[in-house]
This record gives sequence, structure tokens and C-alpha cells, in this order.
Amino acid sequence: MRMDALKFVGKRLLLMIPILIGISILTFAISNTIPGDPARLILGPKATPEGLEALREDMGLNDPLYVQYGRYMGGIFQGDLGQSTYSQKPVSADLIRYSPATFELTLFAMVITVLIGIPLGIISASKKDKIADQITRIFALIGVAMPAFWLGLLLLLLFYLKLGVFPGSGRLDSGMSPPTYITGMYTVDALLTGNWPVFKAAVMHLVLPGITLAAITIGMITRMTRSSMLEVLKSDYIRTAHAKGAPENRVLYGHALRNGVMPVITLLGMAFGHALGGSVLVESVFSWPGLGRYAVNAITYLDFPAVMGVTLLIAILFILVNLIVDTLYFFIDPRLKHN
Amino acid sequence: MVRRILRSPLSVVGIVLVLIILLTALFAPLIATHSPTEVDLLSKLEAPSAEHYFGTDEVGRDIFSRIVYGTRISLRIGLLVVLISFPIGTILGAVAGYIGGRVDQVIMRITDVFLSFPGIILAMSIAAALGPSIENVMLALAATWWPWYTRIVRSSVLSIKNSEFIEASRALGANPFRILFKEVIPNAIAPATIQASLDLGFVILSAAGLSFIGLGAQPPSPEWGAMLSNSREILRDAWWAATFPGVAILLTVLGFNLLGDGLNDLLDPKQR
Repeated sequence: MRMDALKFVGKRLLLMIPILIGISILTFAISNTIPGDPARLILGPKATPEGLEALREDMGLNDPLYVQYGRYMGGIFQGDLGQSTYSQKPVSADLIRYSPATFELTLFAMVITVLIGIPLGIISASKKDKIADQITRIFALIGVAMPAFWLGLLLLLLFYLKLGVFPGSGRLDSGMSPPTYITGMYTVDALLTGNWPVFKAAVMHLVLPGITLAAITIGMITRMTRSSMLEVLKSDYIRTAHAKGAPENRVLYGHALRNGVMPVITLLGMAFGHALGGSVLVESVFSWPGLGRYAVNAITYLDFPAVMGVTLLIAILFILVNLIVDTLYFFIDPRLKHN
Repeated sequence: MVRRILRSPLSVVGIVLVLIILLTALFAPLIATHSPTEVDLLSKLEAPSAEHYFGTDEVGRDIFSRIVYGTRISLRIGLLVVLISFPIGTILGAVAGYIGGRVDQVIMRITDVFLSFPGIILAMSIAAALGPSIENVMLALAATWWPWYTRIVRSSVLSIKNSEFIEASRALGANPFRILFKEVIPNAIAPATIQASLDLGFVILSAAGLSFIGLGAQPPSPEWGAMLSNSREILRDAWWAATFPGVAILLTVLGFNLLGDGLNDLLDPKQR
């Protein structure tokens, strides 16, 4: 890695610090807005005033806010996110347990998004205002405006309940045991251990939730690719290429593609964030045992440390993904290296 | 101007959809064929028919009428959230852009923090902290939405900050607050207003999502997201319960999106 690249990444990492502190203050502030008394919540309606006071003192709820924040931060640095009141386990252990399922689903959705969204955007731009463009644009519009969890229900209705071609819930067929734990992502682990039946089942289980989650981001990426390509196709160097008689396909794929698609890469980070957010809804439609369903269960059982743990983890992931995307972009776009 | 909007077929679709939604909300009692909450166990899980256009749910409530009344709930959420977050975001963005320096730094770092969460996740945790209710979902959405307006308004303020008419007011010795509210904000607000019309749809979409996971409207409220959530229990027996509320959300969001896109083209003809 060259010096300028190191400097670029280093600067980005430094810029992350105030954001991370801000995120921790915000999540701490949210945790402190729980109306009512956490001690009362734990002890229930029959608690005595003395019992409540003792628990409050014990939980540190009587300390000044900055002391409580300090303790909260100290906890985060030690990987202590509190105790899940529902699972009775440390939140961090639960997060580690449920993360791989969400990663697998989100990555799968991102792959579908890139494989479908970018080509659709290119076709749409190259056939501007023709039928293919109109159809693509309408699909993209619907994709952006559609509630993903609703699409999930419809897919479940059609492909699971009516046609029975795809499984409707969970990550594996019932009774099947997961592959040897390597990454926690069943498809990857099954592939690495050569466990074909499990691999096939894991992929089949990914299809419906994956398409549902991708629907949110495909529309977004298609629209962005289209407008970015159109911008490039209008530029002088493309006109020059046309003028010197270069064939249409060569202009499109040889000249325009690289510059047209590059800005879309920076948006993949944003799309990933959308997909992570969407996973909360989609996982609960498909009983996908990931972070999203964990968070929704936690909400149902008023398990607040768990909700905040998921929130914090997803915010940090979102920032990291954007850092990775920016770094990638830095390597792909030569113009950035000279600035 | 009107003619220019009408030239784009998609904008016309948007305007028509938004009009239909507004009229439905306004005249809900006249349009609905049944009560939105009345239970009728004798006609539960009935398929769509001339009596029940969109069928009935597991306790015999008329889904068409529930969707019609749900329009009121969704529009109220969309409007209130935008009405809360838009002024907050606008004022902060204008102050940041116009005053600059430290103030700008602080405001923009705070918006960065809010925008570093996927929106629905931040709204989810705030709504969860406040407790499940439709009002809390609105508060949570408003709390996550304002930074977008701050960003947009700030950048348009920066682009007009040094224009002559602002300089002129400054030279005349006008009070900075007066300049901010009488000159800067009115001239920088157009792009954010367009964003707000798009956001009406996206707020409704997010609120439906939060209701779907049990945070927003509580049963038996005819809120669309809550209806979809409820439809999961009867998915096998009543496809209609899972279908029509989603169509209502889709058309509403689509309507506001198309309207916003149309306004956007109007403001910036280069974009076409």
C-alpha cells in the first residue's frame, strides 16, 4: 500500500472518532429517555420503596449523568453492553450469535443488488426514453416506494404457501444441523466444509428474504446508475467518441461505463445501510434468526439493553462499510489520488 | 408552470394519486362501506366480494373500510413528522450556513452523527425507548428526519450567502436575524421543500414499517403497517388481508414521490 493511500485511510479513521463519540452519546441519551423507572420495570408493580431505592443505588441510577455516561463508555470498550433481560445473557454474546445470519442475508442482498441494479441502470440510460428505459424506471420507482416487508409477505404467500418452491422461514430445513462453525454464515461454512446438502438448503432459504431485502436497494441503485450514466453520456469526450465514428457499444462499454458506474460505488455503502435497516423488518417476516429479529423480539419483551446493542452495532457497521467503500473508491478513481 | 407539470405524464400520475389520497382521507366516512373497527364474527375471513370489496379479516372487519380510514392516520403521520422536522432542520441549516465558523462545525457534526445511523434503526430505538404508540413513532421519525433538511438548506444558503441582495441588506445595516429570516431562508428553502414533498411518502413508509414490528399504531387501529402485521397470522387463509394494505402504502408513497420528482424537474430543468 502506498503512502497516499495510508494517509487517506488514516485521515478517515481520525474523522471517525468524533462520530463514534457522538453515536455513543446519542445511544446513551436514548437509553436515558425510557419513561419511568428502570428499577420499577425490573422489580414490577409490587416493589417496596426501599427495594426500589436499593436497586437504583445498586444500578448506579443515582449517580450524575456524566458518571453514568463514563461507565457506559467504559463498558462499551470492554465489550460490555449490558445484560439482555429476555435471553438472560450478555447482550454482546447475543450480538455475536445473531450477527452472522444478518451478514449473510445482507451480503446476499447486496450481491443481487449489484448484479441486477447496475446492469438495469446501464440499459436504461443507453435506451433513454425507449420502452426498456420506461419499464426499468417504473420498476425502480415501485421498488423505492414499496414496503419491503409487504413484498416479503407476498413472496411468502406465492412461493411458499401456494407453490411450495421455496422454504418460508429460518435458515435451514427443520431437523438439519448447521455446518461446522467457521464464519457463522451457513452458505460459506457449508461450502468450505464441502457439505452440499446443507449448502443447497441454506441457499434455498436465502432466496426469498434476499430478494425482499434487495428490492429496497435495487430501485435505488438502478436510479443512481441511470442518472450517473446519463451525465457521462452527455459529456464532451463521449460526443468526441461518437463524432469520430466509434460504434455505439464501444462508446457505451469502452468509454462511458467506467466513469458512469464509479460514482455508484460510493452509494453502495449507503445501500448497505438501507439493507441493514431493512433487515429488521425483513427478518421478522421470514423468521430469519439475525440481529433484526433479535431487536424486534427485544422490543416486544421491553428488553432495552438488547435494542440499544443492536442499534450501536448497526451504526458502527454502517460507518465501517462506508469507510471501506471510500477506500475502494480511492483505489479505483485515479483522480482522487492526485488531490 | 402548470402546463409544464402537465407535460410530464409521471407527474400527472403523482398529482392524481395524491389528490385521490387527500380526498379519501377527507371523505373517509362517505367512502367507507362499513365501520373500520366493528367486529362481525359471522363474516370473518371472507374473500373480496360486492359486499366486502377487499374482503374481511379474522374478526370480520371490512378491509376496504379500514384502508380508507387508514389514509387519515398515514397522512397525519406524514404531515406532522414533516411539519416538526422541516422547521427545525431548516433553521439549523440556515444558521449553520449563514453564520459559519464554530456554529457551523458544531451543527454539522451533530447532523453527521444522526445520519450515521440507518434511519429506521435510529427511529426504532427512539420509539422503543418512548414506548409503543403512534405519537411516539412520529416523535422518533421527526428526531431522525431533521438532519436531511439541515444539510440541504445549509448548502443552498452557502450558494446564495454572498449574492448581491444579501450583501445589500447587510450594507443597509439590517439586523442579522432579520436578514436570516426575511432574506436568506425564503430564498434558500425551495430544494428542501421539494425534499419535504418526497419525504411525506417516505415518512409514511417508515411509520408503516415501525407499526409492522409493533412499535407504532396498536390494534385495532386501521393503520396500514399494523394491518399487514396482523395479516401474518392469517396469511394462509386470507391473501387479501396481506395484499391490499400494502397496495395502499405503495400508491401513497409513489404518489408523493412522483409529485416531488415533478417539482424537482420544474425547479431544475437541467436534470431532465
